[in-house]
Amino acid sequence: MPERKIRVMVAKPGLDGHDRGARILARCFRDAGFEVIYTGCHQTPEQVAAAAIQEDVDLVGLSCLSGAHRILFPRVVELLREKNASDITVIGGGIIPEQDFPMLYDAGIQAIFTPGASLDSIVEWVRTHIRGRN
Amino acid sequence: MYFSDETQKASRKLTEQWQANVQNTLKTNPDWKNRFSTVSDLDIKRLYTPEDLQNTDFARDIGAPGEFPYLRGNQVTGYRGQPWTFRMFSGMGSAEDTNRRWHLLLREGQTGLSTAFDFPTLMGYDSDSPKALGEVGKCGVAIDTLEDFLALIDNIPLDRVTTSMTINPPATVLWAMYCAAAEIKGVPLNQIGGTIQNDMLKEFIAQKTFMCPPEPSVRLISDTVEFGAKYVPRWNPISISGYHIREAGATAVQELAFTLRDGIEYVEDILRRKKMSVDDFAPRLSFFFNAHIDLFEEICKLRAARRIWAKVMRDRFGAKNPRSLWMRFHVQTAGCSLTAQQPYNNVVRTTVEALAAVLGGTQSLHTNSLDEVLCLPSEHAVEIALRTQQILAEETGVVNTIDPLAGSYFVESLTNEMEAKAWEYIEKIDAMGGMIAAIERGYPQMEIADAAYAFQRQIDAGEKIMVGVNKYATEAQHPVPLVEIDEKVGEEQIRRLKDLRRRRDSRAVSQSLADIRAACKNGANVMPHCIAAVKALATEQEICDVYREVYGEYRDPGLY
Repeated sequence: MPERKIRVMVAKPGLDGHDRGARILARCFRDAGFEVIYTGCHQTPEQVAAAAIQEDVDLVGLSCLSGAHRILFPRVVELLREKNASDITVIGGGIIPEQDFPMLYDAGIQAIFTPGASLDSIVEWVRTHIRGRN
Repeated sequence: MYFSDETQKASRKLTEQWQANVQNTLKTNPDWKNRFSTVSDLDIKRLYTPEDLQNTDFARDIGAPGEFPYLRGNQVTGYRGQPWTFRMFSGMGSAEDTNRRWHLLLREGQTGLSTAFDFPTLMGYDSDSPKALGEVGKCGVAIDTLEDFLALIDNIPLDRVTTSMTINPPATVLWAMYCAAAEIKGVPLNQIGGTIQNDMLKEFIAQKTFMCPPEPSVRLISDTVEFGAKYVPRWNPISISGYHIREAGATAVQELAFTLRDGIEYVEDILRRKKMSVDDFAPRLSFFFNAHIDLFEEICKLRAARRIWAKVMRDRFGAKNPRSLWMRFHVQTAGCSLTAQQPYNNVVRTTVEALAAVLGGTQSLHTNSLDEVLCLPSEHAVEIALRTQQILAEETGVVNTIDPLAGSYFVESLTNEMEAKAWEYIEKIDAMGGMIAAIERGYPQMEIADAAYAFQRQIDAGEKIMVGVNKYATEAQHPVPLVEIDEKVGEEQIRRLKDLRRRRDSRAVSQSLADIRAACKNGANVMPHCIAAVKALATEQEICDVYREVYGEYRDPGLY
């Protein structure tokens, strides 16, 4: 049975409208051959988690540039766990100070990409860490 | 431009000779890059000559400062009458925190105020809304009620300092707070001056701070323009903004074209909806552009913007008052050009961008702080940014003469080229039925997405360079101290809000909200009712919830 395509969701939790990075990444994932769901700006963590489960994605990429990542990113992971969906990998990006990395890793964020990360390096990370599930 | 036959002949001959020399030189000494292009990817020629300006007429296309087509500026005396306004965008934490920063900036020689609100305030949510989780006071100041607002402007002389407020969907509410605060302080409305950004079209196109759908959003803007024209004549009720369009990844030409087409859309809506002639309100329309890193492209963009707008107002709308033809604008240096890597280099970038804004003739300027790519600016970083403007104004001599680059073969040629390309976009959007129709089709959003993606690919391929990111990257770190907003700010803000809800006259609040609801439905101007509501201590969200209820909510279509 052929492996199904990797399914990724790009999401912007919170009220932040800085979506340039998220949209570029969504397009880049599409060009890399992934199935992409982009849910747009202004999603609550509850909406992000529900959409990730409903869409049966392998990975959620969270983007936040407002400083609210410390609250919002861990909340998404927590909600996925509560709904028995901790097999969904969560990564994050945006304006994230390095001092916040340990706290986010502890909370279950698997990787963090900050300004200057090349698109190819992000795609590579996803290919290495995610196998399309059957 | 007019050149005598003799000059033209000489120029042609010299250019031909030079071209032959170039071909010879390239054989042994090739160029170090394949392409020489602007940051927006416009190809630039190796040399510009009088032949590039053959069709440029000095009187018609360039003219004099303070005269149509205003290419060389609105002011007859340029920066000699007064330099541009030093206006640093700032806001953080609580109203008191921001008030302290404002007084610091005024002491350091800032000449105007500019307010950054946090995301809940920008989106029309109170600090205790579940939507505000984690965001209160983070990217700007949290304002829920008139009481917060009074703390924000404590000891600010509202009759002397002009204040800009970057606020869009809830602009009516925040402006109502400013008006109410002025009345409480005994300053008549006709003496206060400032700007509300209040430009919703660019929110749908780029910045994504939206609340209601485009039509009613524009209707509320027309209310503010009418109210300002009648009662607050020194206020700019809108700042039609290209800044965010550019930050979202647009090219310079797209920024220029979409911003001006937005301006056209607003003028048309006001003329359709209100009993006003164009000259009744056009002098108070203001604009806001980005100054990106490509020096000449930015200078030409700003010069072209003034010339296009003058033509639009005269020819499309028949404006007669010269002030209606003026495009007055604020500029901010480009946040998206800054790098988190080697952040001290950002001072250099901001300096070049500020120079572009000044050579393009801005009326007002914000210079980014070196740490703004990482966090809210520290006091030290903001001081360097403000000093950058002061050095430009008072040391470098750039204010000595008006529009010093006019007549340059290159600058005039690039100005013409950018204007021509902007007109193509404007005509295309006209053909779609206007900007709201274009937004509904996703047209400007996708044009910008294409440009942003292409630029990112060029960065990844090393075809465009960001120093410290894709070239000259180093392991060595010289970190900057980061400003952090304490989570306690949010807790305190919520406590204050709960306390206010207990104290206020809830019947007066309900009545004032009912009046706003009625005005939304019957087409009366909402502004007087908003002022009454904020005075009754209605919260920002309570008023915005009325708008949401009557007009519905707009959701991001998530185009990419």
